[in-house]
Amino acid sequence: MRLRCAEELLFRALMVLSTIAVLSGLLLIIAVITVKGAGALSLDMITRLPTGGYYLGKEGGLLNAIVGSLLLGLGATACAALLAIPVALYLQHDYAGRRRWANLVRMSLDLLWGIPSIVYGAFGFTIMLYLGLRASLLGGIIALTLVELPIMARAMEEVLRMVSVELREASYSVGATRWETMRAVVVRQALPGLLTAILLAFGRGIGDAASVLFTAGYTDHLPRSLLDPVASLPLAVFFQLGTPFPEVQQRAYAAAFLLLALVLLVSVCSRLLTRRLSRHAVK
Amino acid sequence: MSHIVVEGLSVRYNGQPALDNVSLEIPDRQITAVIGPSGCGKTTFLRCLNRLIDTMDQVRVSGRVLIDGADIFAPRANVISLRRKMGLLSQKPQVLPMSIYDNVAYGPRLHGVRRRRDLDGIVQRCLKMSSLWEEVHHRLRAPATGLSVGQQQRLCLARGLAVEPEALLCDEPTASLDPLSAQSVERLFVELKSRYTIVLVTHILRQAKRLADYVVFLYMGELVEHGPAERVFNNPRDERTRKYLEGVIS
Repeated sequence: MRLRCAEELLFRALMVLSTIAVLSGLLLIIAVITVKGAGALSLDMITRLPTGGYYLGKEGGLLNAIVGSLLLGLGATACAALLAIPVALYLQHDYAGRRRWANLVRMSLDLLWGIPSIVYGAFGFTIMLYLGLRASLLGGIIALTLVELPIMARAMEEVLRMVSVELREASYSVGATRWETMRAVVVRQALPGLLTAILLAFGRGIGDAASVLFTAGYTDHLPRSLLDPVASLPLAVFFQLGTPFPEVQQRAYAAAFLLLALVLLVSVCSRLLTRRLSRHAVK
Repeated sequence: MSHIVVEGLSVRYNGQPALDNVSLEIPDRQITAVIGPSGCGKTTFLRCLNRLIDTMDQVRVSGRVLIDGADIFAPRANVISLRRKMGLLSQKPQVLPMSIYDNVAYGPRLHGVRRRRDLDGIVQRCLKMSSLWEEVHHRLRAPATGLSVGQQQRLCLARGLAVEPEALLCDEPTASLDPLSAQSVERLFVELKSRYTIVLVTHILRQAKRLADYVVFLYMGELVEHGPAERVFNNPRDERTRKYLEGVIS
């Protein structure tokens, strides 16, 4: 009996310690970024484009990277969602879920999830060369869509799968087709989870540097069309951290802080939206 | 001839028999109670009647189920219109993730009722038939999940009635309800049987005795006995039925 009590205590302590370690890691990252970047944060930074000597420590801001990241992140998330939602629905038990090749699709998505994003960047770059395109917002969106798609599709599939068979059957039993059941019942019930999946993919996309390095490029200007190159916050962090000037390095942390704030802002907004949308969800 | 006729129905899950050569006619506009011990095939039998059995994996169905003379397992059978005819009330109330009003209007909307006035009429009529109108008429736009379990089950009944079915298939519909809610659902069945054929799967013998006009006794996938309730309960012909009714097997 004493051994069992000790075992209970030991594993409980392990769980609490692991949770504390995870939370501390997160808090430490936020603290370091805030402390190191706060000094460089200013209104100029989020409202102005970089001037000529910005990367040598002179005046200007990172509006180009903020707008660029938002365009890349939102564009890629929208494109990925357009592809991921039908895939996730098709992988449900009601459609292809019980066929052998549905497992093959799942396995492919898992493999794609594990591929490093630089490979997507290189792949996107090869396609762009073949099509005669140069680094552009469009190229960046395509590469980031490839990064986000497997994450979003797999997360959505899991969320949709959690909608109970009985709830689906309640819809079928009044004469609904599979699509009607999916649209009106399954998606509605899973909406909060689907939004979380979209957010997860957005967070992954907006923070990715490797895939946009070759495909979106970097510029001090705002893009005027999909074919213009575009800056992004992760690359702004990367380039500024690589300089020998301490004030520029500090700005890198400020850029990281802005990236974090953007993800947090989108997260909070989507949680509020989720709460509103899940009013009718069956608990 | 009654409008639900089962001929030689057999079901196998993963090769294991769940129903074996069941043949019977379900009397119209009566309550038919399907009784038997756990795992005897009651729910499988019910799921065959509206082809919800199709949603399960590794199932093989053979035999025929005739609804209004047409075999529902025929290759060209229209499953959607079949399910519309055969309303379902499951063990645990399954309200849809929408408002009380939309739960009832869900089926009619699917089947083409668009005018607001028509939908309002259907919602009111079905909520009244399921004795829920008085309790919810002032909060029709509230989420259905806010109702008590008993109210949710009556809402599910209203949703089923809204598509004007011919029969109601009820799978232990009072199993998750408190005694008062169960009583009110039972009362509804008695009221509704003049208009609908009700097939009630139950493991509560006393409930079957209270409600049933006709009884079907299944044992290990086999149809052991069926007949008018009074005869089956008072004078069972098969030894297994007698033992089940006496509580020797359960």
